[in-house]
Amino acid sequence: MRYIPNSPAEREALLAAVGAASIDDLFATVPRAVYRTEPPGLPPPASEIEVRRDLGRVAAKNAHLGEWTSFLGAGLYSHHAPAFVSQLLLRGEFLTSYTPYQPEVSQGTLTAIWEFQTHIALLTGMDVANASMYEGASAFVEAVLMAERLTKKKTKVVVSAGLHPEYRQCLRTYLVNFPFTIVEVPLGKDGATEAGALAAAVDDDTFAVCVQSPNVFGVVEGWKAAADAAHAHGALAIGVVNEMFSLAVLEAPGASGVDIACGEAASFGLAPSFGGPLVGFLACRDAGKRQIPGRLAGRATDAGGRSGFCLTLSTREQHIRREKATSNICTNQGLFALAATMTLSVLGKHGLRETAVQCLSKAEYLKAGIRALPGPFSVAFAGKTFNEFALHCGVPVHEVLRRAEAKKILAGVPYARLEPAASAYRDLLLVAVTERTPRSGLDALLDTLRSFS
Amino acid sequence: MSDHGTLTPTEPLVRADARLDQRRRFGSLFDAPRAGRVGVVLPPLDVPEADPAALYGKAHRPGVEGEVEASEVDVVRHFTRLSQMNFSIDTALYSLGSCTMKHNPRINEEIARLAGFNDAHPYAPVHLAQGNLELMWRLEEALKVLTGFARVTLQPSAGANGELAGALMIRAAHVKAGNARKHVLVPDSAHGTNPATAHFAGYSVVELASSRRGTLELSELEAKLTEDVAALMVTVPNTLGVFEEHILEVAKLVHAKGAYLYLDGANFNAFVGKVRPADMGVDVMHMNLHKTFSTPHGGGGPGAGPVGVGASLVPFLPVPTVERAGDAFRLDFDRPDSIGKMRAFYGNFGVLVRALTYILSYGHSIHEVAENAVLNANYLRKRLEPFYHLKYDAPSYHEIVFSDHRQAAMGVHNIDIAKRLMDFGFHPPTMSFPLIVPGALMIEPTESEGKDELDAFADAMIAIAKECETSPGIVTSAPHTTPIGRLDEAGAAREASRPGNFAPVLRAPVR
Ligand SMILES: Cc1ncc(COP(=O)(O)O)c(C=O)c1O
Repeated sequence: MRYIPNSPAEREALLAAVGAASIDDLFATVPRAVYRTEPPGLPPPASEIEVRRDLGRVAAKNAHLGEWTSFLGAGLYSHHAPAFVSQLLLRGEFLTSYTPYQPEVSQGTLTAIWEFQTHIALLTGMDVANASMYEGASAFVEAVLMAERLTKKKTKVVVSAGLHPEYRQCLRTYLVNFPFTIVEVPLGKDGATEAGALAAAVDDDTFAVCVQSPNVFGVVEGWKAAADAAHAHGALAIGVVNEMFSLAVLEAPGASGVDIACGEAASFGLAPSFGGPLVGFLACRDAGKRQIPGRLAGRATDAGGRSGFCLTLSTREQHIRREKATSNICTNQGLFALAATMTLSVLGKHGLRETAVQCLSKAEYLKAGIRALPGPFSVAFAGKTFNEFALHCGVPVHEVLRRAEAKKILAGVPYARLEPAASAYRDLLLVAVTERTPRSGLDALLDTLRSFS
Repeated sequence: MSDHGTLTPTEPLVRADARLDQRRRFGSLFDAPRAGRVGVVLPPLDVPEADPAALYGKAHRPGVEGEVEASEVDVVRHFTRLSQMNFSIDTALYSLGSCTMKHNPRINEEIARLAGFNDAHPYAPVHLAQGNLELMWRLEEALKVLTGFARVTLQPSAGANGELAGALMIRAAHVKAGNARKHVLVPDSAHGTNPATAHFAGYSVVELASSRRGTLELSELEAKLTEDVAALMVTVPNTLGVFEEHILEVAKLVHAKGAYLYLDGANFNAFVGKVRPADMGVDVMHMNLHKTFSTPHGGGGPGAGPVGVGASLVPFLPVPTVERAGDAFRLDFDRPDSIGKMRAFYGNFGVLVRALTYILSYGHSIHEVAENAVLNANYLRKRLEPFYHLKYDAPSYHEIVFSDHRQAAMGVHNIDIAKRLMDFGFHPPTMSFPLIVPGALMIEPTESEGKDELDAFADAMIAIAKECETSPGIVTSAPHTTPIGRLDEAGAAREASRPGNFAPVLRAPVR
C-alpha cells in the first residue's frame, strides 16, 4: 500500500525477526470470536486518480462562495485570506507535528502559539489568552465553567438572548449534569439585551453574566452594562465575540470591565469549510489564569541563557490533574490558530482597522439602500451594527432566498434556521458583508429586494 | 554544548552569524517593531466611507494598540524560520506513543481544499450543500462498516470532545431509564482525558487498579462494579499496547449491571479492519480521525472525534444527524432525546474530508494498516528489549512502553533519554503516561515506517542505552544539537504564576 513503506520481503524479514510465523500470530490475544480474517466490507483501494474523480464530483455538488455573492454570516464570516497563509500552512514542519510537548524541537509551534495568545490578548484587552479552543460555542461553554470555578458555590448563569442560538444550545448540552440554572434575558426593541431585565436577572447566586457583541442580530451591545450588572453581585462578566474585526473599531471587552472574553476567531483568514475546523479563543484577566482551560505557552530560558517558549501552568490540565483538571480538552485547533496568527501578522494594526472600516461602510451602505426601498423590507432593529444586521421581510423569507438564488446570490441566513422556536423572529434574515463584498454585489441584493415592491 | 548566544574564539567561522541568527530566530514578531509597514492591500473602498467614531461614540476604539506592523516579506520569513525549528513526521520517525504519528498523505490536503468543500458556508441552503452532506453520510457509513455500530456522529471536535459526547449520551440514557447513576470506572492506565471527561459529564471517577499483566483485573472490576456505576471506560489495546484479552467477559459483567461499556478508540490503529468494536460488546467509542485516519495534527490540532454507538444509544446522538432519502440528503434536528449540540455547526468538516479520502485510498485493505503498525511495534520491541526495561511484558500491539528502570540506576532518566534522542534526529517517546509505569518511554512507530527507519531509531535508542553506561553526562545534558537547549520549565511555570507577570507582552494597554 501507498503509505506502508515496507516491501513484502521486508515484512517477511520483520516477521522472522520477531519470531512470528504469520501476522495472525501477532493478534493471538484477540478473542477468536471477534477476530476477522475477511477484509472489511469497503470498496477496493482507490488511487489518487480515482479519489480525485470521486470526491471531485461530490465537491462540485456544493455551492462554493467563489461562485456566489454571499451574505451568509451568523457567526462565520468570509474575510480575505492572504495567499501565503494556505501555502505556509502546508509546510510539513507545521502540518505534521504534534502538540509541542518537547520545546527543544518545537520552538516554531510554541512561538506561534505565544503570538496567537498575544494577538488575542491585545484584541480583547485581556491579560492572558490560551492556545485556542475548538471553536466559539465550546469556548463559550468553557468560559462559563471557568467563571463558576472562580466564583465558587453559586448556581446561576445569566445569558443574553442575543447570544448565537447554537452557543446557547451548547451551554445547555454541557451544563445539563451540573446543578446550574440558565436564565435567558430577552432583547429590547433596539435589538440589544434589555438593560433593565439584565440587571434584574442577576442576583447573589449568579456566577456569570454572558453577552455577545455584536450579537446574533448584528447589534452592538454595551459591555459595561453587563459587567456592572455582574460585578454588583460578585459575578463575572463573559464577553463573546465571533466577528473579531469588530474589535478594531469597537471597545475591547477587557477595557470595559469584562472578566472573560471568548468566541470564534475564524474571521482571521480561515476558510468556512462547512463550519470547521475553526478556531475558538478564551482570554481572561490575570486573576483567572489558574482556572483557564487548555494549553498556555510561556517564556522560558535554557541553561545558556537563551530564551524560548514552552507549554506552562500544565497542572491545570488533564494529563496531570485528571478528573480535577480545568477541562478535558487535549487536542485543540493548533494549525488554524497558526493560520489566524499569520493572517493577523500580515494584516497588522493598519490592515485590521482598514478591513473593519470597509466592513462597516459596506453594511451601512446596504442598510441605507434598504431603508430607501419602497417595498416590504426594513432593517429590523435600530441598534448600531457592524458588518451584519437583521433584515425584516414582509414577504416569506424563503421567497427572498429563492429569488436571490436565481441571481447567484446567497441573501443571508434565515433566523428561523438557527432558532425555529423563536416565532417573534420568524421573518428575519441575517445579512452579513465583509471587505470581500463588492458594491456590485450589494446593489444586486438591493435590486432583488426591490423586485418585491 | 552548542550555544547560539555566545561566540567563543574557538568556534568555526561558519558560526559567525550565530548572534544574528539567534535574534532572528527566537524573536516573536512583537519583538521587532517595524512601525509604518503594511502587509495587506485591499481594493479601494467602493462605497461612502463610514466614520466609526461618529457612529459608535463612546464605544468607539481607534484601533488595536500594540498590534504588529509588518510587510508580507517580514511575515513569510518569520513563519518560514519558525517552521524550521519544528520536528515533524515529514522529517523522521515520531515515536510519540498514543499519538499515532503516521504519515499524512497530501492527497487528503488537496481534496479538503477543493472549493466545494473548503469554501462552503455551513448555513448555505441544504439543497446547495448536498455534496457536503453526502460526504458526511459516506464517512459515517464507512465508519459503521469498520466499527459495527448502528450509527456514528461526526460532530465532536477531537477525541476528548468525543469522549464527552459519549459520556453525555450514556448519562442521558440512564436518566431516561430513571437513574443517572453516580460513578464511571476508569483503569489507572487510562489517558488523562478519560477521568476528566467523566467528571465533566457529572460522574465521580472510580479508579481500577491494573493487574500484574497491566490489563483489567476481573476481580477488581467485579468488586467495584455496583448498580451505581454508569459506565466503564476502557482503552483497547490499552495504553501499554496490550489487548484486553478478557474484553468479552468484561462486556458481559458491565452489561449485567446495566452499565455501558465505553471504548477510548485512540488506539483503533492497532485493530482497524481486524476487529469491529461493536462485536466486542462495546456500546460507545470515539475515534480520533487525527490518529487512525491520518489527518494531520498541525502542531496541536485540529482533530475530529466521531463517536459510534450501538442501537440503544442512537436516540441520544447530537443533532443534527445526516439522513439520506434516495439521492437527497438532509439534516435531521428533530430528535427529541438528543443530548443537543457539542459545538456550533456540524463538526470539523475539513478533517472529515481528509479522513474519508484516506479510507477510500485504503479501501478494503485498511486492515493492513493495523497489521503493519503491530508488526513494526513488535520489531522495535524485539530490538530494544535487551536494552530497556519492560515492566509489563504481555504481547504488544501498536505500541510498547519501556521504562528508564535500568538507566535510572546510573542516574539517567526517561527525560534525558528523550532529549538525547533529539540529537539522533528523532522525536522522543511519550513520558507523561501511563502512570502505572514510572519513567515511561511509550513508543509507537505506526505502519508508515520502513525497516530502515525502524532500524535507525532502534540503533539510536541502543546507542543511548550504551552512553548511559559509558558517558551518562552526555545524555543528562542533552540535547546538544537543537536550536535551543533544555528549557527551565519549572522556572517558566513559576514566572507564569506570579501575579500580573504571566507574560509582559500579554499585558494589553487598557484604555
Ligand atoms: C488514549 C488517548 N485517549 C484520548 C486522547 C484524547 O484525544 P484528543 O487529543 O483528540 O482530544 C488521546 C490523545 O491525545 C489518547 O492518546
